[in-house]
Amino acid sequence: MSFSPLSRRGFLKGSAAVAGAATLPNLGYADGHSPLTVGFVYVGPKDDFGYNQAHAEGAAAVKAMEGVVVVEEENVAETIDVQKSMESMINFDDAKLLFPTSFGYFDPHVLAVAPKNPDVRFQHAAGLWTEGMPSNVGSYFGYIGMGQYLNGITAGHATQTKKIGFVAAKPIPQVLLNINSFLLGARQVDPEITCQVIFTGEWSLAVKEAEATNALADAGCDVITCHVDGPKVVMETAAGRDCFVCGYHANQAPLAPEKYLTGAEWNWAGIYTSMVQTVLDGGTIDNFVRGGLADGFIKMSPLGPAVSDASRAQFEATKAEIMAGGFAAIKGPLKDNTGNVIAADGEGFAEDDIALESMNYLVEGVIGSTS
Amino acid sequence: MTLSVSENMTPTRSAFGWAALARRAEAVVIPIAALLAGFAVFSLFLMLQGKSPAEFFALVYRAGFGTAFSWENTLSRAAPLLLAALCVALPARLGLVVIGGEGAIVLGGVGAGFAGVLLLGAPAALALPVMVVAAIAIGALWIGAVGALRHYRGVNETIASLLMAYIAIALMNHLVEGPLRDPASLNKPSTAPLDEAFRLGTIPGWDVHWGLAFGVIACVAAWVLIDKTTWGFAARIAGGNVRAAQVQGLPVGKLIVGFTALGGAFAGLAGFFEVAAVHGSANASLASGYGYTGILIAFLARHNPLAIIPVAILLAGFEASSGLVQRRMDLPDATVLVLQGFVFMAILMSETLYGRFKIFAPERWRTA
Repeated sequence: MSFSPLSRRGFLKGSAAVAGAATLPNLGYADGHSPLTVGFVYVGPKDDFGYNQAHAEGAAAVKAMEGVVVVEEENVAETIDVQKSMESMINFDDAKLLFPTSFGYFDPHVLAVAPKNPDVRFQHAAGLWTEGMPSNVGSYFGYIGMGQYLNGITAGHATQTKKIGFVAAKPIPQVLLNINSFLLGARQVDPEITCQVIFTGEWSLAVKEAEATNALADAGCDVITCHVDGPKVVMETAAGRDCFVCGYHANQAPLAPEKYLTGAEWNWAGIYTSMVQTVLDGGTIDNFVRGGLADGFIKMSPLGPAVSDASRAQFEATKAEIMAGGFAAIKGPLKDNTGNVIAADGEGFAEDDIALESMNYLVEGVIGSTS
Repeated sequence: MTLSVSENMTPTRSAFGWAALARRAEAVVIPIAALLAGFAVFSLFLMLQGKSPAEFFALVYRAGFGTAFSWENTLSRAAPLLLAALCVALPARLGLVVIGGEGAIVLGGVGAGFAGVLLLGAPAALALPVMVVAAIAIGALWIGAVGALRHYRGVNETIASLLMAYIAIALMNHLVEGPLRDPASLNKPSTAPLDEAFRLGTIPGWDVHWGLAFGVIACVAAWVLIDKTTWGFAARIAGGNVRAAQVQGLPVGKLIVGFTALGGAFAGLAGFFEVAAVHGSANASLASGYGYTGILIAFLARHNPLAIIPVAILLAGFEASSGLVQRRMDLPDATVLVLQGFVFMAILMSETLYGRFKIFAPERWRTA
């Protein structure tokens, strides 16, 4: 490490700054008509091309609003750290609306801090709020499984080997729904298609994500998607192996412009600005809000150059069906990949069906195991 | 400066006092000077980024130590670090570099969480001690095994403890996602939530959990063990020269296994507090790096358990201020890690300075 670029003059100036420590800098915001301070807390870096970036894009939209100050903190662990980060925003920045965005922040952390700060509103990204929990806490979430279903349709058209791949973090219901939706979308194109899944065991573990992607490519998968916090490694590795990719969480097209088919993205900008506007107007946000494509909670990345006309047509038609409401990606006749019946003929689970939230199976055609 | 010397040329009581003070002063002055040197280098780093060091340190002071909330924030973060640092400092007195305390924290937490699940409905007066014992026993076994491998099989304890930490985290993931998982914990696999009666509250009048008090007690107890007992003395002999210790007939094997196990027990206790005071169940959040920060603290404290207390509070204060620094100065969250790195380097380099300054030499003050 070299500090040679430091000139003597620069050093003297800096020393003067140190000496000037007695005249402490102004630590508070200029308080004219006290704007609403909104705090965002992220579990990872806010430029991760994934989960955190999706939320940070929402925060950026809020930042552009009139009468609002946004404060942000990244890489905050799901420990006492997040409790203290939120309290720090309340104490030092007078934050009145907080978005602790990671799933694991809710129980016990948000639930511990909220009762102590009754005049602060806590908005958490997941459908975890239930009756009886503090009324200054709210949950919101989107049905992003439908996005993976649409991803699957473009994958089904793009695959030559009839094998597609999925790099997944943990075998929990949300992830399983995404895997199943991706394959079922692809099977709308060709029922012969199979999807191989590899679980890395962690939300963010770049080395394993790269290994898993390479293993999928070695196994003959030629379209790959994922559900990990930061899809960057999966996208770049897969594209480097000449596979097509479908994105997740945020738009990863810049990472693989030629190979990117489409992606299932959160659309937090619209949701967050409307929530902040509600608070600015003196209203109250509902404690439990959910929605899908039609409600603007999720969106699809623009289709990439490799998407064929047939693919585009089926993609758009299915998207229109989903937007119309009541569409079921998980529908009978359907078995899981160990032979148990999931849905009989004529039975289906729409995106808002509560049964999907305890999903513990991989559907027939998915190569992999939940345990 | 000359000191009064009595007529018969035996040093006076006060001369002995000065000598002892000089020797002890060296152990305080050099680390503090190194700390300041680390701050100075970091200030240059900030200036290169075009940021004001004055503003940075003012924010660190305000968010870490400047208000009642800042102290609560700092001390809450210090609690697990005290115990994690002991897991490094105790074996270090025997000359062992154990860096895998994270594994004992994680598995101690799982042990405490599982014991709590088994005892659901039992009186807290029974359940809490059992949970503590479970956490301590698992931690002691985990790090004690590192000591045993070292002594009986000649396995390098640094590598073994680090690799075992990865195994511990994998084991924890397997347990909380498999056999010990509460089926209701859908998207955040965890053990079943603890009985409300088994949750530890905060120290009265303070928003800081009890782990802090136990961490401080543990540090004092460890200091007594090392400085005031024959066991501690024997350990220091063995740490200084293991052959000499063996020639003297000291039970080196027992000391190594005992001190590593004790260090592991403290780390396991940290896991217990994470579960009982913070999370309310055992889950992947247990692996949050306290074991690794503990290494830094133990080295900064030069493996002196009493010194661990202020050092842990200082580093916790840095971490407590990280958020405000991000928000006000638009610096990345890694800034505080860079500061820690510079301080760590400075402290390590200062190791070569001991015995170099005549002013600290007891002889200088023991005028003959």
